[in-house]
Amino acid sequence: MSDFPWLVAMIAVPAVGAAVVAALLKGRELLAKQLALAVSLVVLALAVLATVAFDRGGDRFQLTTSVSWIPDFGVDFALGVDGIALVMLLLIGVLVPLVVGASWEDPAPEGRSMRVFFAWLLLLEAMMVGVFAATDVFLFYVFFEAMLVPMYFLIGSFGGPRRQYAAVKFFLYSLVGGLVMLAAVIGLYVVSSSQLGEGTFAFDALRQLEIDPGVQKLLFLGFFVAFAIKAPLVPFHTWLPDSGAEAPIGGAVLLVGVLDKVGTFGFLRYCLPLFPDASRDFAPWILGLAVAGILYAALLAMGQSDMKRLVSYTSISHFGFIALGIFAFTTEAGTGAVLYMVNHGLATGLLFLVVGMLIARGGSRQIGDYGGVAAQAPKLAGAFLVAGLASLALPGTNSFVSEFLVLIGSYPSRPVFTVVATLGIILAALYILLMYQRTMHGPPRGVLMAAPDEAPGALGGGSTAVLTAPAPAPSRLRVADLSGRELVVVAPLVALIIVLGVYPQPLLDLIEPAVTATLSDLGAPR
Amino acid sequence: METMSAEGLLSWSWLLVALPLAGAAVLLLGGRRTDRWGHLLGTATVAAAFVLAVLCTVQLAGLDERRADVDLFTFISSGDLDVRAGLLLDPLSLTFALLITGVGSLIHVYSIGYMAHDAGRRRFFAYLNLFVAAMLLLVLGNSFVALYVGWEGVGLASYLLIAFWYTRPAAATAAKKAFIMNRVGDVGLALAIFVMFAQLGTTSYAGVFAAVGTLAGGTVTALGLLLLLGACGKSGQFPLHAWLPDAMEGPTPVSALIHAATMVTAGVYLIARSAPIYDETPTARAVVLAVGAVTLLIGAIAGCAFDDIKKVLAYSTVSQIGYMFLAVGLGPAGYVAGLAHLLAHGFFKAGLFLGAGSVMHAMDDSVDMRRFGGLWRRLPVTFVTFGLGYLALIGFPFLSGYFTKDAIIEAALDRDDAWGWVLGGVAVLGAGLTAFYMTRLMLMTFFGRPRWEDGVHPHESPSVMTVPMVVLAVGSVGAGFLLVRAFPLADWLEPVFGEEHEAEHVVAPLTVGLVVTGVMLLGVLAAWLFVGRREVPVLAPVRVSPVTRAARNALYADTVNESLLMRPGQWLTRALVWLDNRGVDGAVNGLAATLGGSSSRLGRAQTGFVRTYALGMLGGAVLVAGALLAVTAG
Amino acid sequence: MTLNYYLVLAALLFTIGAVGVLVRRNAIVVFMCIELMLNAVNLTLITFARSTGTVDGQIIALFVMVVAAAEVVIGLAIIMSIYRTRRSASVDDANLLKY
Repeated sequence: MSDFPWLVAMIAVPAVGAAVVAALLKGRELLAKQLALAVSLVVLALAVLATVAFDRGGDRFQLTTSVSWIPDFGVDFALGVDGIALVMLLLIGVLVPLVVGASWEDPAPEGRSMRVFFAWLLLLEAMMVGVFAATDVFLFYVFFEAMLVPMYFLIGSFGGPRRQYAAVKFFLYSLVGGLVMLAAVIGLYVVSSSQLGEGTFAFDALRQLEIDPGVQKLLFLGFFVAFAIKAPLVPFHTWLPDSGAEAPIGGAVLLVGVLDKVGTFGFLRYCLPLFPDASRDFAPWILGLAVAGILYAALLAMGQSDMKRLVSYTSISHFGFIALGIFAFTTEAGTGAVLYMVNHGLATGLLFLVVGMLIARGGSRQIGDYGGVAAQAPKLAGAFLVAGLASLALPGTNSFVSEFLVLIGSYPSRPVFTVVATLGIILAALYILLMYQRTMHGPPRGVLMAAPDEAPGALGGGSTAVLTAPAPAPSRLRVADLSGRELVVVAPLVALIIVLGVYPQPLLDLIEPAVTATLSDLGAPR
Repeated sequence: METMSAEGLLSWSWLLVALPLAGAAVLLLGGRRTDRWGHLLGTATVAAAFVLAVLCTVQLAGLDERRADVDLFTFISSGDLDVRAGLLLDPLSLTFALLITGVGSLIHVYSIGYMAHDAGRRRFFAYLNLFVAAMLLLVLGNSFVALYVGWEGVGLASYLLIAFWYTRPAAATAAKKAFIMNRVGDVGLALAIFVMFAQLGTTSYAGVFAAVGTLAGGTVTALGLLLLLGACGKSGQFPLHAWLPDAMEGPTPVSALIHAATMVTAGVYLIARSAPIYDETPTARAVVLAVGAVTLLIGAIAGCAFDDIKKVLAYSTVSQIGYMFLAVGLGPAGYVAGLAHLLAHGFFKAGLFLGAGSVMHAMDDSVDMRRFGGLWRRLPVTFVTFGLGYLALIGFPFLSGYFTKDAIIEAALDRDDAWGWVLGGVAVLGAGLTAFYMTRLMLMTFFGRPRWEDGVHPHESPSVMTVPMVVLAVGSVGAGFLLVRAFPLADWLEPVFGEEHEAEHVVAPLTVGLVVTGVMLLGVLAAWLFVGRREVPVLAPVRVSPVTRAARNALYADTVNESLLMRPGQWLTRALVWLDNRGVDGAVNGLAATLGGSSSRLGRAQTGFVRTYALGMLGGAVLVAGALLAVTAG
Repeated sequence: MTLNYYLVLAALLFTIGAVGVLVRRNAIVVFMCIELMLNAVNLTLITFARSTGTVDGQIIALFVMVVAAAEVVIGLAIIMSIYRTRRSASVDDANLLKY
């Protein structure tokens, strides 16, 4: 069973699916949705089976496939996963079907077709699998850049009012980082050809290199800038609130839930093992950025009036925690950071989905346009609360485990940074509860109010209406609770959040060996 | 500290946490289907947990070591960190479990009647169950991480319960405030856990307490202070006490649960549980003492000024928890006294709150004592039970508070130094203030001329509400004597705190008892002079002394919080949003605009006239030729 | 050296042609000036071929003449079509390449 090319299948199935969905005739929208759902479920099944086939105690990279691609430059189409990449593939497998379900009834914008939306979604899935599964640095780069294309169209074609601006900003930001990384990739190739006699892009060969410290620093920075933009770390973050706010909900979930994790994944997979000396040299600076980002983005989140922007800023804050865990260089913190990547995908994914469901009902992204929704839609409020609590890392939810691991693992080696970062948990409670209170609690008000029955005398009453205040019209909130489809989308995430909050050990067992291997490449004390 | 793993019934003790949790899950997930029997299920799970707790206690009392570990599963294991989910059963944790489930059950029963007409009763019982489950996890967990999980779970449950009537903005805001002030404390607890892991490599009680002696003095003091910060947040101690009175926005049974049986006692539990840490650090212990003494006075002073019956009781709790902090801050001499007071307080404060709920029930949910008066005739059962709770609280001789409070004051005086006298004095003064504000409350509520609003017809509550009140009243009367004299708590807790050594009393207990009783009577007399003797105005007097005004504002705790933290925070947030939009993002957009602008300006050079291009080509050719010449010539 | 006379003459012709391209507006005249420049270059090529005694320069000159002939055909065709649409042979009227 382990001979089956799991990873190739996981890329090929959604890619072919995307082509088929795109080729469907106009008007076959329902078939397109059904196909997209089926394909994404197949990928989920493949991811689960691949996890079963993965041997926890075995080699670092497993399920490998390698085909020579551009022999002149030593480029291979080489795939393989370690525990870190595997859990990310699982995350992709879980999120994409839910996104398909969540987008099921989204209206297509003027002149667009949801068929195309689902095609781009599947293509994005293929690219995301590729970027995590690549073990050839050049192949990684190709997927890294190719991933932008479907996302660009998802934002630019199906997003909110300022989608063009957001899409171009997203594209340019990522492209700048990507090009800097390309330079570094080529630099690596040059170094490898001078040291090994023959140029290569294979990760396993590259991490054996002994690179001159000065060159290491330059190459490290090349990779770092690309990943820091992708992750994003403050101050490279300003594209995310725009993209997160303008992207369609499904796109936003995948953007923040998975796509951005490529940045933190890249730190762990490429920056640390390939450039150990530079990583150690730059670690204090990066930790400074990470911790500053935790507090800075949390404060900014509090100041937002747009729900989707708020959630985007919370993600920037969370990425600070992940970066802290990665650059603390301890097993506990590293494992916690990887788990954080998964958990954040689930928690923020749910938060985005629920916020999207609220926005779909009210047609406004402004927090101030809602109030007292919990009274009419308890299930929606409950899902919102679970997502919010997971976002503020309450014990019992999955995020607690990862945040706790990151902080407790970072404290022994970096006490000062950790103490400052810990203050972030107060701010997390503030921004989540502020949003929850304003939308769900309080008296019913805002855009969801049913049109008040005309109070007698209120219209055409002339001056008398001013003198005798009309009796307050009976105003009611009119909002539907979660539909069956929405429940099916939300329930798996709620269940995962709680199950992984109580019993996270299976994931930790998958992740830890890979983190240990990464840190041993780094040559850190532990 | 080798302990035997649990056997027999004790190995099932995880059901203590699981039962209420399952109840909460069924009620929350079951939806409207469970509306009809949800409250019964909720009550049954907690009652079952109480029975189980009693059985476990009996079983544990039979063990030689009176200590058992229940190991459940691996919670988090990575690198050197190995956190196992497990329970620790010892006299301390089971005492708390008994209090939580016992008083909790009574409050559940009472709520059946109190919330009978509320549309959200099922949801209410679900949250109550969650609260009890989290609190049980907090006290039963065998590591600081388990405690932390329960700790935040309690915070969540209190958030949900305080915001139970969430359409009222005040309730929603109070809930948020409670959660956030608790989180400030949680940071302290979290950092303490980080320090333990960094220094000792473990977070379990057994591991930490065994090795705490090897730590440097500064580290232990830091640990003690961080734990204290956590305890202050949860127990509503100075300077994190402002949330507790606001938490009265929740339904009254919630107040009883928060104040008597669960939440606020968590801080005392934490400090008592961490006794081995505080034993190593006199500095942190002194800070605990100071916090307890300051809070005791703040609570008592603020309690004198409020007209809201629940707020008076809330500040009374703040003050009484201050007593407990003072007691556990005294060290070995005070642990048992503090816990005895905590248990007795659990009874009479729960009784008082339930009584207050019964009064509100009768008065159409009004809490303004200026609108009460003369209720003893209409609410006889409430009056008697409330009255007994009142007498127990002010330390009327031979009721609960008398024994337990005196024990704390004795322990303070036994320090036999200047501090001891100061603390003892503060405690005695607090007793006088307690007597004053509670007598004021009694007089304004039950005596005097009725000052009811029109249309209010007070009536006694149904028996489902009064029976729990009677049970608690019996407890209020007898708990102190039982715990201190008849069945000494000290012997039962000996495996946790070590053997009690009869201290040399500096002041004879009889003298202390007489002095305290005398001060208490002075307080009662003062209250009678101020309130009972004359007519109570229906509206609070506006022209009052600055002291009264300060007390009415709860000594400006909220004002300080707002002007020192909230406002600057809002300004900072606003400034940062501006900075991010204009500064960071402005720089990015500025770069884009510069590039775009300069490219369109360069585009102007494309005039479209062939001659211009030709000239450009010629100029270029000349330049190249010139350069070539220069190179070859040079 | 006699070589210099030829080269100076070629340079003069080239300059006249270049200036003509730059200053004249009539497309036909501009075209003729370009021819003048090409022939100036041809003259230079022949001169150097003569002085070095090789035939390379003469071959290139022949190439230039062939290319110039082809260019004249296409160029005149363009000018004719512009003249037909615009009723003018002035190069200033044809500024379609403007930004």
